[in-house]
Amino acid sequence: MAAAAPTSHGKSRSLYPGWFFLPAAVIYAVLFLAPTLSSFYYSLTRWTLFNATFIGLDNFVQFFREPFLVQGLINTVVYAVITSGLKVVLGMALAMLLTSNIIARGYLRSVVFFPVLVSTVGVGITFTVLMHPTQGMINEGLALLGIKGPGWLVDPKLALFSVALVDVWKGVGLATVIYIAGLVAIPKDYYEAARIDGAGPWQNFLYVTLPLSRPATATVITLSFIGGLRTFDLIWAMTKGGPGFASDTVASVIYKQYQAGFYGLSTAGNVVLFILIGILVVPITMFLNRKQGHE
Amino acid sequence: MSTKNNLLLAGFAAGLLGMTALSSAAMAQSVNLTMLVDNASHTIAISEALVNAFEEKNPDVSIEIETRPGGGEGDNIVKTRLATGQMTDIFWYNTGSLLQALNPAQTLVDLSGEAFMDGIADSFKQVVSAGEGVYGVPTRPAEAGGIFYNTKIYEQLGLSVPKTWDEFMANNEKIKAAGIPAVIQTYGEPWTSQVIVLADYYNVQSAHPDFAEQYTAGTAKFATTPEAVRSFERLKAVADGGYFNEDFGAATYEDGLRMIAQGEGAHYPMITFAIPALSEGYPDQINDVGFFALPGDSAEDNGLTVWMPAGFYIPQTSSNVDVAKQFLAFVASPEGCAVQSEAVAVNGPYLIEGCELPEDVVTSVSDLLPYFEEGGKNAPALEFLSPIKGPILEQLTVEVGSGIREPADAAALYDEDVRKQAQQLGLSGW
Repeated sequence: MAAAAPTSHGKSRSLYPGWFFLPAAVIYAVLFLAPTLSSFYYSLTRWTLFNATFIGLDNFVQFFREPFLVQGLINTVVYAVITSGLKVVLGMALAMLLTSNIIARGYLRSVVFFPVLVSTVGVGITFTVLMHPTQGMINEGLALLGIKGPGWLVDPKLALFSVALVDVWKGVGLATVIYIAGLVAIPKDYYEAARIDGAGPWQNFLYVTLPLSRPATATVITLSFIGGLRTFDLIWAMTKGGPGFASDTVASVIYKQYQAGFYGLSTAGNVVLFILIGILVVPITMFLNRKQGHE
Repeated sequence: MSTKNNLLLAGFAAGLLGMTALSSAAMAQSVNLTMLVDNASHTIAISEALVNAFEEKNPDVSIEIETRPGGGEGDNIVKTRLATGQMTDIFWYNTGSLLQALNPAQTLVDLSGEAFMDGIADSFKQVVSAGEGVYGVPTRPAEAGGIFYNTKIYEQLGLSVPKTWDEFMANNEKIKAAGIPAVIQTYGEPWTSQVIVLADYYNVQSAHPDFAEQYTAGTAKFATTPEAVRSFERLKAVADGGYFNEDFGAATYEDGLRMIAQGEGAHYPMITFAIPALSEGYPDQINDVGFFALPGDSAEDNGLTVWMPAGFYIPQTSSNVDVAKQFLAFVASPEGCAVQSEAVAVNGPYLIEGCELPEDVVTSVSDLLPYFEEGGKNAPALEFLSPIKGPILEQLTVEVGSGIREPADAAALYDEDVRKQAQQLGLSGW
């Protein structure tokens, strides 16, 4: 749809002639539009790689009857809320630390960003080793202090949270960098004005820093919430959704359906995930941006 | 514009013709085949040994081996390459339910008329058949699911090999009392968690001889068949007994092999394809590892659940079907078996007529053989009798083994999963 618009009636207003957009339009149609539309069709079929049978909405009915889907949906939202929440709080705290007058500030700023650059699967495998219930470094360290560490990834109650914490460690650097940019952009005048009014550090933070870094907060929440909703690689590298189904998210349920050869079902799952992200993220973005406009 | 295009096209076509001419000239001298196998170390060792021996016999043929990952990822690669016509001339793949998902009648070359198929055991032919066609030759000897045990621990504690489930549990209690993990579980790789349930199938079919048939037809269910639920209950019983190794949730298959070989645990429920890896990794301890079938309720009816090995297949898209058939004929001959026996440790009786086992088989294999001999009892695992195997079984067994889910509940969920698989396969009655 979006591809057709500029080529057809863009002529009168656009700087460029229609054919100028043609290559991009073709790429868009072939690589983005066609697969998206065909996935909507295939989600209504039971297909193998050899043939497809049209079965109406059966896949969606089946997908919502999946006993693990409900758990996966809850897990997905819990994971997204935890990771984006912690990234906001920690990212803000770290950004304040790293914009203060500490030594080796430039070095510390890059260190906090390093985990973002490392491959997610690599991070996942490393932490799986560190979190091993008996031989992992974390539990061995705790044992030195006389604490019996939990089975981080093998206890069904803990597995999802352990993965979420690793996700936060890996992703907080990006949030921090966004916040640093946001904090640096706040004019010093506000703090001076606040000081004249007799504001303490806590009031400074609450009434100057926090509201004025709202654009950064909006960006961090949107990015990390969407990231959390569609998270897959870290979970797959660390627990494969296990033990059992304890840390399955919608994305890992979809992947397993595909791996099992339930192609139609898994395509339907992707359509559901697409809609879910839309339903959750559009209101959040609208809310955050509206507030931003008020400022 | 258009003439220029035509010229270009003609030139391109001429170039193509030239290339074909070249390659057919080269083919007159030697035939190049390709072969796709999974990347397990013993698979590669066997494939290389067979290919080398075959090339030595047929100097004008050369076969190039490609590898792929195992598990679900490998299944996808095989399915995709078959569907797109990119499959190698020969490939190694599972038999039974997984083979059925490849749609063999449409994708593979039927071997039922070939002379070399005559020497292959019927039990194997059954699991590579679809409709009238027979599509593969065995890559390995017959395998079995059951329990590996550490003979040193058994000697030390004065235990004897259990013939019934109660005897097995009594042994577990004594081993636990001695401070040794009685049952090794390795849920770091979830597929390993299914073995107790799958290997219990001898006991299920012993009580319900037509279970597989009714299960395929959709009339028999796990949840409503007490013996089938019992398979899940057996897993729960060992879990509830507190017999597992402490790190069972995170341990891997490799850890399991190490523990059973070095006596860090007494029992490891596993399939005998582990024997080559055990003898390769622990050559000094391999004879400390014995094997017995998963015991059932009665000592008289103590039988083994048999797994069929993977097969070699030829896709219909192969351009060298005749040469590929020659290779399969070589694999399915006593000569081929001899090459295998030399390359890796033998892990069971061969499924090819005229193939002899070497004299010096390891303890676990000599424990295994009586079940296959006269008077021994065995039955194929369910996945070789029915095209349907639900993909989430391994997660369900992890849950039952970890105490997250009750056996009856797991059986019911598995039935649901099986229904999806049957629908995907397009079976009637679902």
